[in-house]
Amino acid sequence: MRIELEKRARVSTLFSILSPLLALALTLVFGAIMFWLLGKNPLNALYVYFVEPLLEVWSLHELAIKAAPLILIGVGLAVCYRSNNWNIGAEGQFTIGAITGSILPVLYPDWHSPMILPLMLIMGMVGGALYAGIPALLKTRFNTNEILTSLMLVYIAQLYLDWLVRGLWRDPQGYNFPQTKSFQVEAVLPEILSSGRAHWAFVFAIIAAVALWFMMRFMLKGFEVSVLGQSERAGRFAGFSARRMVWFSMLLSGALAGLAGISEVSGSIGHVQPTISPGYGFTAIIVAFLGRLNPLGIIASGLVLALTYLGGEAAQLSIGISDKVSRVFQGLLLFFVLSCDTLIHYRIRLIVAGTKPVEVKA
Amino acid sequence: MTLSEGPATVPLLSVRGLTKLFGSFAACSAIDLDIAPGEIHALLGENGAGKSTLVKMLFGVLQPSAGQILWDGSPVTIASPGEARRLGIGMVFQHFSLFEALTVAENIALSLDPRISLSRISDEAASLSKAYGLPLDPKAHVADLSVGERQRIEIVRALLQNPKLIILDEPTSVLTPQEADRLFETLFKLKAEGRSVLYISHRLEEVRRICDRATVLRHGKVTGACDPKLETPASLARMMVGSDVAEVHRDGETPLGDTCIEVSDLSVPARTPFAVSLKNISMKVRAGEVLAIAGVAGNGQGELFDALSGEYPVAEDEAIRIRGKAVGHTGINGRRLLGAGFVPEERHGHAAVPAMPLSDNLLLARSQSDRKAFLSAGFAAIVRHDAIRSATRRICEAMDVRKSGEDPLAGSLSGGNLQKFIVGRELDRQPAVLVVNQPTWGVDAGAASRIRQALIDLAKAGSAVVVISQDLDEIFEIATNIAVISEGKLSKAYPAGTLSLERIGLMMGGVHESHSIPEAAHAYRA
Repeated sequence: MRIELEKRARVSTLFSILSPLLALALTLVFGAIMFWLLGKNPLNALYVYFVEPLLEVWSLHELAIKAAPLILIGVGLAVCYRSNNWNIGAEGQFTIGAITGSILPVLYPDWHSPMILPLMLIMGMVGGALYAGIPALLKTRFNTNEILTSLMLVYIAQLYLDWLVRGLWRDPQGYNFPQTKSFQVEAVLPEILSSGRAHWAFVFAIIAAVALWFMMRFMLKGFEVSVLGQSERAGRFAGFSARRMVWFSMLLSGALAGLAGISEVSGSIGHVQPTISPGYGFTAIIVAFLGRLNPLGIIASGLVLALTYLGGEAAQLSIGISDKVSRVFQGLLLFFVLSCDTLIHYRIRLIVAGTKPVEVKA
Repeated sequence: MTLSEGPATVPLLSVRGLTKLFGSFAACSAIDLDIAPGEIHALLGENGAGKSTLVKMLFGVLQPSAGQILWDGSPVTIASPGEARRLGIGMVFQHFSLFEALTVAENIALSLDPRISLSRISDEAASLSKAYGLPLDPKAHVADLSVGERQRIEIVRALLQNPKLIILDEPTSVLTPQEADRLFETLFKLKAEGRSVLYISHRLEEVRRICDRATVLRHGKVTGACDPKLETPASLARMMVGSDVAEVHRDGETPLGDTCIEVSDLSVPARTPFAVSLKNISMKVRAGEVLAIAGVAGNGQGELFDALSGEYPVAEDEAIRIRGKAVGHTGINGRRLLGAGFVPEERHGHAAVPAMPLSDNLLLARSQSDRKAFLSAGFAAIVRHDAIRSATRRICEAMDVRKSGEDPLAGSLSGGNLQKFIVGRELDRQPAVLVVNQPTWGVDAGAASRIRQALIDLAKAGSAVVVISQDLDEIFEIATNIAVISEGKLSKAYPAGTLSLERIGLMMGGVHESHSIPEAAHAYRA
């Protein structure tokens, strides 16, 4: 017996729209089962996980803080994936963006100027873009697979950051803690509202999402992205260059990941330390797909995934389950999104080896 | 064999009410078919008529949704190609399944019992190929063989199973006229031995020449069963198409104008190991002229199109001139801006993106040539969907593109309708130069005649048209001059009236002037 996927003649529009919601519902069901197996009351656990964080103003601020990098990175990745370039290394570009963006406050802690913050953001974007330029160069020059190169560069970036903050950049007055001096106040990304911690990164995320949505929807560039993503040959016929698209999409997603990195360090942390991300760069891949690679959809999916981080922290505190559970949720979600999408396009057929009789009609 | 021997003998293969559904779409519905022992039976039909689906059910690749297959009078279930072979059915597919890096004998061995030794296979294949007039060297590497020779491997492979019925799917579509003649001799030998042949084709002349009976399919249904020798090509075409096909008209000579596209001594090295290199190609097409470039598939047609279109610019700027301007280094959009239009061979994924609507596919070819009409806001290049949609409507009307809905996905159109749109997309611009690769490949007869007429009319209106085609009927219908491409070399262009089919056939086989026919031309690529 074997299982075959058979392409459906018609793809249901209704289910294509429902697919992400369906995936969410399935994730909740399986999450409940997991909590039950862990010996917790599943309903209570789900409530703590997914509802409680939405009831307080301060935790809504936290939600925005966590969603901002996810959306920023996610929309960049969406353009990348749409163009059939598979940047898996946003986590590394995030890290490098955080490092290059922090050069000014770390090396010139006494420079007090309103210019410093814009410069930091720009340097963060440039750093992320340049780091994403490495797999782009390797792909265009040597036809290297960008999935592997961008992923491997993540670990290089993380180890480089670790080395920096334990060595060169360590705060001499920091009691040997592996971290830099706290940034001067001009170098800190300000809060949006006085009611909580949420800072401008969330605004950047929304602007980036809307801008890229506009590009994909109305501009020739967006058309170019879709054409080259679906058929390089047709793109060539249109006069578009697949090679330039590799550069465009990698640099764009790298720059946005770098912006997310420096915003996180400057707005949420206030200094550089060995760990600056709970895996935003990887989670953003889920965000991009859950948002159906549509920048507006990614705003919503970024908030959902941010909730899994927040819920994980809350559940750890109040019912004592490991915050690794949030990783499980994210994995479940990606699994269900991809399988829902697959089942929309294909049906499953069981084939019992060669014994199926032919139906006979008179 | 004639129609009269009906109920007396038991048919070798009988099909009753055979139906195949894909979702709600019936690719084959209630097909009846009888094949007598020792007859060559034609299965006629246009692309998409359901021929391949029917044959796949007979060979066990697909399972019928309903209906019955009788073999020697008793009902059978053909669950797999292996079972079909055991029954005595052999199949030669249109697209060969051969490994280029292996030898002929190794390729044959792959489909046989692994316990049989390679030397035995070589011997048997050699003797079979001799007996049936299919010259073949078992030790030759497939990569070095011509398409005709590759087909022989497939036939010998089928014959090794000693089949009673051999199914051939469009066998002559890749052959020169001379190679086709040789194939027919083999088929007559098989018939004389009492084997049956199911011969799938849409070429009416050859069906009339070699087949004893014909079953005609249209839209998945049997629309006729006849003795093709008693029919005319026109009456067969009517059964296939369901209506009379408009004849293409080319009345009166068009006065020739200036040279619009000129290629001088163009050589392009092969980009990949499987590509053909172009060697010293020269040609000149004037306004009002249709130059047809004939040739067997894989002799450099695709590479020539790439060079002419500028999708892959060439090293020598002067080698290609469009309306007097050297464009060898210019990309496809630069050439479009000079007034050239291009129609590639492959519709899906080259000329059009199947998953995009027609309007997007219009923008695909014309984003730069019609920048003013289709884009706004300068550098930001905002797409003007309304303007593009109305242009799409205009093109669909002009070319009679039948579609469902206002702006359907390109992939949802039939091959013929999509091709009409793709050709219409260029004609709509009134290009001064049009380069078309295989304009009617896999297109129904109605659409094909419409497209050919449009190409003739374009030339008459004062444009230069280059048509690369494998279809000799098409070439004679529309060309004013004919050149032949073979192994990446292009012959001189001759006025269409001065060339015979035989002469072109020889040139396609690589014989340019007065040389003799080589036994095998070794540089074709499939």
